This record gives sequence, C-alpha cells and structure tokens, in this order.
Amino acid sequence: MTAFFANYLGYDAGWFVATIIGILLIALPLMLAVAMIIYADRKIWAAMALRRGPNVVGPFGLLQSFADGLKVFLKETIIPSSANRGLFLIAPIITFTVALLAWAVIPFGPGMVLANVNVGLLYILAISSLGVYGIILAGWASNSKYPFYSAIRAAAQMVSYEVSIGFVLVTVVLWAGTFNLSGIIEAQRAHIFGFINGFAFNPLLFPMAVVFLISSMAETGRTPFDLTEAESELVAGYQTEYSSMSFALFWLGEYGNVLLMCALNAILFWGGWLPPVDWAPLYLVPGIFWFFGKILFFFFVMSWIKATVPRYRYDQLMRLGWKIFLPISLFWIFLVSGYLMLTRYGV
Amino acid sequence: MIQTIAFYLFATLVIASAALTIVARNPVHSVLWLILSFFNAAGLMVLVGAEFIAMLLVIVYVGAVAVLFLFVVMMLDIDFAELRAGYAQYLPFGVLLVLVLSAEMIFAVSAWSAGGIALSASVAPVPEGVPNIEALGTLIYTRYLFIFEGAGLVLLVAMIGAIVLTHRTRSGTRPQNVSQQVKRRPQDAVRKIDQPVGQGMDL
Repeated sequence: MTAFFANYLGYDAGWFVATIIGILLIALPLMLAVAMIIYADRKIWAAMALRRGPNVVGPFGLLQSFADGLKVFLKETIIPSSANRGLFLIAPIITFTVALLAWAVIPFGPGMVLANVNVGLLYILAISSLGVYGIILAGWASNSKYPFYSAIRAAAQMVSYEVSIGFVLVTVVLWAGTFNLSGIIEAQRAHIFGFINGFAFNPLLFPMAVVFLISSMAETGRTPFDLTEAESELVAGYQTEYSSMSFALFWLGEYGNVLLMCALNAILFWGGWLPPVDWAPLYLVPGIFWFFGKILFFFFVMSWIKATVPRYRYDQLMRLGWKIFLPISLFWIFLVSGYLMLTRYGV
Repeated sequence: MIQTIAFYLFATLVIASAALTIVARNPVHSVLWLILSFFNAAGLMVLVGAEFIAMLLVIVYVGAVAVLFLFVVMMLDIDFAELRAGYAQYLPFGVLLVLVLSAEMIFAVSAWSAGGIALSASVAPVPEGVPNIEALGTLIYTRYLFIFEGAGLVLLVAMIGAIVLTHRTRSGTRPQNVSQQVKRRPQDAVRKIDQPVGQGMDL
C-alpha cells in the first residue's frame, strides 16, 4: 500500500497517507468487533445460565450494543465536585487509546501488518504495561473510597501477572529466535512432526500456553480475576464515579484488551494465521480467517470461564501469580533454554 | 521530513514535561509529567534506531518503576503549604546542580566537537543489518560477560537484602495451606455418632 501511494504522492506523503489508512483499517473494524463481541459475550453468558440474553433490539438482539452505545452517548457526563477534573477525564482516554495502540504490530495475515517491527513482542509488553495507568488514574482522580481500593488492587494485580507473562514470552522468543510477531508465527510452521503448526502442540511449551491463557485473563481483569470491579465489595470499582461516554471508553478499552489478549494467545502458541495443520488445501482459506477463528475461539473460552468459575479471593490471586506461575515460568525458561542448547545449538 | 518533525515534537515534549515535573504543585501530577517525559525519551530512542533500549525504557521505567512511584505518592499525606515553603529553601542547591550539570554538558559537547578522544579498536563496530537485540546480546554475552554477570549479582544481592529487611514472621496468623485443604477427605472431617438423648457429647 505504501508503494501504491508513494507512486502518486512521493515517498513521505505516500507513507503518511498509507499509514493513516492502515490505522483506520484496523481501528474502525476493531470498534465494530468490540461492539459485536460484547453482544457475543452476553449471549454466551446467558446461554450458559439458561437465559435468552439480549434479544429485543434488532434481529436476535444483534443491535443491542449499538443501542447501548447510543444511550450512553446521549447521557450527561457527570464529574464529581471533589474529583481531579483533568485526570478524571484523561483516565478513560488513556485506557481506550492504549487498548488500540497495541494492534499496530499484530499481523493479521502474511504481510498484513501495520508496523512490522523487530521488537514487536516487546512493544506489546510495553504498551500493555501502560494499561494500568488508566485504572490507577481513574481510581485516584475520582477521589472516592471504592475506586481508590480498586485502583490499588488493579495496579498490584497487573504488575504481578506481567512478570509471569514476561517469562512465558521469553520461552516463546527463545524457541522462535525472534521478537518479530510475523517471525514467531513463521517459526511455528510445521513445528511438530513436520506438519502440525503451533507451539502449543509442543509438549515442552504447552504448559506455558496454559499459564499464558490464565495470566492473560488476569491481566485484562476477566471474571475469575475481576477483583478490580468486584461489585459485592467495591460497587463498580474504578468505574464507580464514571458516567456516559467516559464510562463507555472504559468499556470499549476493556474489551479491546480482551480481544488483544485472545489475538496474542493465537499468535504466540496456536500459529496465528497458519491453519492448524500444514496441509496445502487448508492454505486456500485466507490466513486472516484462521486468525479471526482462533481469536473467536479464545474469546469463547474466556466467556465460558467467566460463566462457570467463581471469583478468586484477593490473596488467592496473589498466591497464584507469585507462588505458582512465577516459579513455574522461571523454571521453564531454564528447561527450554537447556533443551535448545542441547538440540539446536550444541553444548 | 517526518523524522525532523518527530524529533522536535519528542524533544520539546521531553523538556516541557521535565520542566513541569519540577513546577507542578501536586506530587501526583509531577509523577505523571515524569512518565510523559520517559515516554517521549523512548520516542527519541526509537528515532535514533535503538528500539530495544526504547522498549526497555517503557517496560521498566514507565511500566514498573513509575507505577510503584505513583503508588507511593498517592498514599502520601501531602501538606501543600509545607511543600511550597521547601521550594525556596532548596532553590540555591537546585541552581548549583543545574550549573554543574550544564558545565559538564558544555565541556562534553565542546570536547566532542573538537574531535573527541580517539577510541582504540576495542569497541567492535556493529555490522549492518543486525537487529539491535542481537548486536547487544552478542556484546553483552561475549565481551562484557563478567561485567554483566557482576551487575546481575549486585541486583540479586540487593533483592535478597530488600527481602531480608522487610520480611517479618508474624505469630498468630493462620495462612491458607492449600495442599492441606486439598488432601482433606470427608472421613477426616466428618464423624457419624449415635447420640443418646439427654447426654453430653464430646466435640
């Protein structure tokens, strides 16, 4: 695309226009996807509880999210009188922006990536570590008890699980030999027995895939780990004082992050845009469909867990992060690097 | 063109937010300005092609250190009047620091523009086309291995020291013992007795 525009506009302007179009091509469908995924989440949750879920607005209730969006858009933004005005308004914007930023390096198909950078995985780690600021600032700027408790919980939770996520990523990077996300996907081609694609089918990396799935739920605050908005303890957590669009931005950012984590699960362990098996007819299906299919599968798994598993207690959450996942993933780095030294590089 | 615009944008924001870090009345705002300044410094690193350093800067400083910093500052019981009184008191010291730092920078830049010190061939040039991380990794794990390991050892000692200093064993707590809970079976916990009416029962 850059080459196409560079033909007409010269390199600089062409690059600029192409990048802007690329950003819109990712961000706008992502917004639509978030709206539909909220609907899907509610439907899955309802089905598991033997309810109908949203079924009034539009056919099968498909337009429910848009109706909610319109309603929220038309309401008044209320700022508490003792809140810190500027930070109170910036916090949801940070959450939302950060949720969109990370998608810049996600490869949707062979060559379909906005920024094919060498340090793609580190970029994602860096951006996802920024996500906590939106929540901390919201909690502090609200100047209210429960949001502040929630902010402190969120900060501790995210920092704890980022540690084990980091170690899991190291094992993947060791095996793939690159930080580039497209490179990581390519390294999974015909990974097992020469025809199965995906690191998760590797017995040495499968435990890390499980750790990553659970950690990614904790990182985004999905239900077994949603202590930041535990309604029986903290009203609505950091969102308590928010209304109208500022609330909607939190909502969008949260689901954007969930989708991002599903995409990361697909890319790091399940072969991204590669079909599950390295067999020529399967490549006739464009890679983007495999990728979206995997994202939706992981989203279903997360909704399934949300519908079935009760919320963790806070000390249990911390125990899982620091006493179980951290030692396991740290040990696995030694295991994986030792195995690679023996087999790939020679001692 | 775009690079120049980006450079001036990042550089201005670094300086402006660093200045606002000092000037801001509210310590929480100060920390936030500091974070913005870290972030823009990372942007500058990307511009010069040191993308690995840039990402590390964001992950370590913005993602971890500044969060803890923000945490501490938010918990503080701040007396704004006292803070403002301190401002004038520390001003001479601050001015002195600024003078020393700017003198050093002027010396460094003028020495550099005069030709600099001729480096011996000790620093191996990075071959073209090798990614940042690989170039850095090869240097750290071959040439500077012992220094790197030494730094790691110092960090390890610091970590153990911090744990030893803050760890305390409290008596009277009843922490959850998960393996004990999992091992527990109904026959250990439940007792079926045939209780005669009108008599006491041992528990």
